[in-house]
Amino acid sequence: MLRRALVLLSLLAAPGLSPAAAQEAPPMPARVVSMNLCTDQLAMLLAAPGQLVSVSKLARDPMSSAMATEAMAYPVNHGQAEEVWLMQPDLVVVGSYTAQAAAQMLERLGTPVLRVEPAYALADVPARIRTLGAAMGRQAQAEALITAFETRLAALREEVARRPSAALYYANGYTTGDQTLAGEILLAAGFENIAGARGGGQLPLEALAMAAPEALITARPYPGASRSEEVLMHPVVRRLRAAHASTANTGNDWICGTPFVLRAIEDLAAFRKDIETETE
Amino acid sequence: MTRALALLLPLVLVLAALSLSLGPADVTLPESLRALFLGGDGPLPMVMREIRLPRVLLALMIGGTLGLAGAAMQGYLRNPLAEPGLLGVSASAALGAVLAIQTGLSAAFAMALPLSALAGAVVAVLILVVLAGPRAETLTLILAGVALSAVAGALTQLVLNLSPNPFAASEIVFWMMGSLADRSVLHVWLALPFMALGVLLLAGVGRGLDALTLGEDAAASMGIDLSRLRLRVVLGTACVVGAGTAVAGAIGFVGLVVPHLLRGSVGGRPGPLLWVSAAGGAAMLLAADIAVRVVAPDRDLKLGVLTALVGAPFFLHLVWRSRGERA
Repeated sequence: MLRRALVLLSLLAAPGLSPAAAQEAPPMPARVVSMNLCTDQLAMLLAAPGQLVSVSKLARDPMSSAMATEAMAYPVNHGQAEEVWLMQPDLVVVGSYTAQAAAQMLERLGTPVLRVEPAYALADVPARIRTLGAAMGRQAQAEALITAFETRLAALREEVARRPSAALYYANGYTTGDQTLAGEILLAAGFENIAGARGGGQLPLEALAMAAPEALITARPYPGASRSEEVLMHPVVRRLRAAHASTANTGNDWICGTPFVLRAIEDLAAFRKDIETETE
Repeated sequence: MTRALALLLPLVLVLAALSLSLGPADVTLPESLRALFLGGDGPLPMVMREIRLPRVLLALMIGGTLGLAGAAMQGYLRNPLAEPGLLGVSASAALGAVLAIQTGLSAAFAMALPLSALAGAVVAVLILVVLAGPRAETLTLILAGVALSAVAGALTQLVLNLSPNPFAASEIVFWMMGSLADRSVLHVWLALPFMALGVLLLAGVGRGLDALTLGEDAAASMGIDLSRLRLRVVLGTACVVGAGTAVAGAIGFVGLVVPHLLRGSVGGRPGPLLWVSAAGGAAMLLAADIAVRVVAPDRDLKLGVLTALVGAPFFLHLVWRSRGERA
């Protein structure tokens, strides 16, 4: 317990992590390892050449990662403390829910660990960029990214005359409401979510059919079949999806709070315009 | 026999109607029945025909055939502990189904799913019948079942854990416990031909099973062809368990509890017990499927959880009794 507290204290005192220290020219951690899909992408966007030593294995998976090609340039880790320790990092970045055992082990061994929460909303994206930028000693890079993000987001948020109803539908009949990142992407693109103001949860197939949303946005199936994704091929879902000539899917741009969510909003807004011209 | 059936068939009908009227969409029974049969505008006919009807049909088919298969296995092995779920037949069928899905065979050819599950079930029933012999020792039978379940379960988990699909590993629960959530008419058509074949095969074994209660020699002297009887029980059981497991996962204990409860109503004769058990099995699975939706409406509670909660105490009771008999 005492050791944990000491590690925490040393973390707080570590340059670059507290706002006060960030103002003085902070020493930049020379070797950064990221162990989480979302921090992988932010770190790749922020890092100085040679600063990022390794990203997680998922960063190379095009189903999940919007930067799969860029990630090929970095060695990957598999979320295990031993391999990360051997990389001799000055800073390890993890998600607040993943690789906790490895993160605690690395802290006990004296490596500074930064835990970054997932982005639950579009407003969290600049905050996460700022946190990571400060920890990596890349404040200028972070502020530039944030300005670009906010300018483009403001341009994308247009007033729409009518919001078509839409539902997000994933494997196992899961859906996400307005209080999620995916839900905010849907709102920003000019749709109204039938799930309403809620987080994620089960949307029974029957409830989906009865709500009959104008647009159904489903997840792309992963390679290798699964019974969980079978529901996305159910006749009811297929009929709802077939209501329009064009279809929309959630994809790697949707998963993490990175500037790539803007691309998701753009694509989805184009889909909305498609179905609006169709119904006119 | 007719008295038990006269009571069970209306019960099945009532449960089927109740199941049809149950769901997140808030509609009355007459409304939903009108939408089911007459169609109409709006999403309700689609909900009734594409979501609720397949669910009720599958519960009827799978429950009925599990009851039938349980009665047939108990009759043939002359052991009240025989049941496809407990003896690893369902687990082997699930392994077959998982292999068909994970190798991509079922995507290329839809019938590969029930066929592969059927193959798994055939292997399991054959191993059981050969190991346990014509007069099944309880101990041998149960140990063989434990071993089969363990091997099939472990291989299923291995295959699902090695899958590149991130959802596959979490589906171990579905294959071990079974569920009828979000099944479509497609699944009914996949299962139906094999179930029909299985029911046809098991339909002819009643007289043979009755004769077998007097012993093999007596049965043979009554003109019963024992090897044909065995073939029918093996293939019939494998057909129905394979088809059911392929679309709904392994659902245990139905084939154990139902024949046990109804044996008294037919004077303990295994032949008539077949049909009474089929009706009873359909009623039990319909009731279980109603219960999972009432207990946890939006959680997809697995069917096997309920059937095991009801069935396991029965199983313990039967083990206790058979212990007393041997002493």
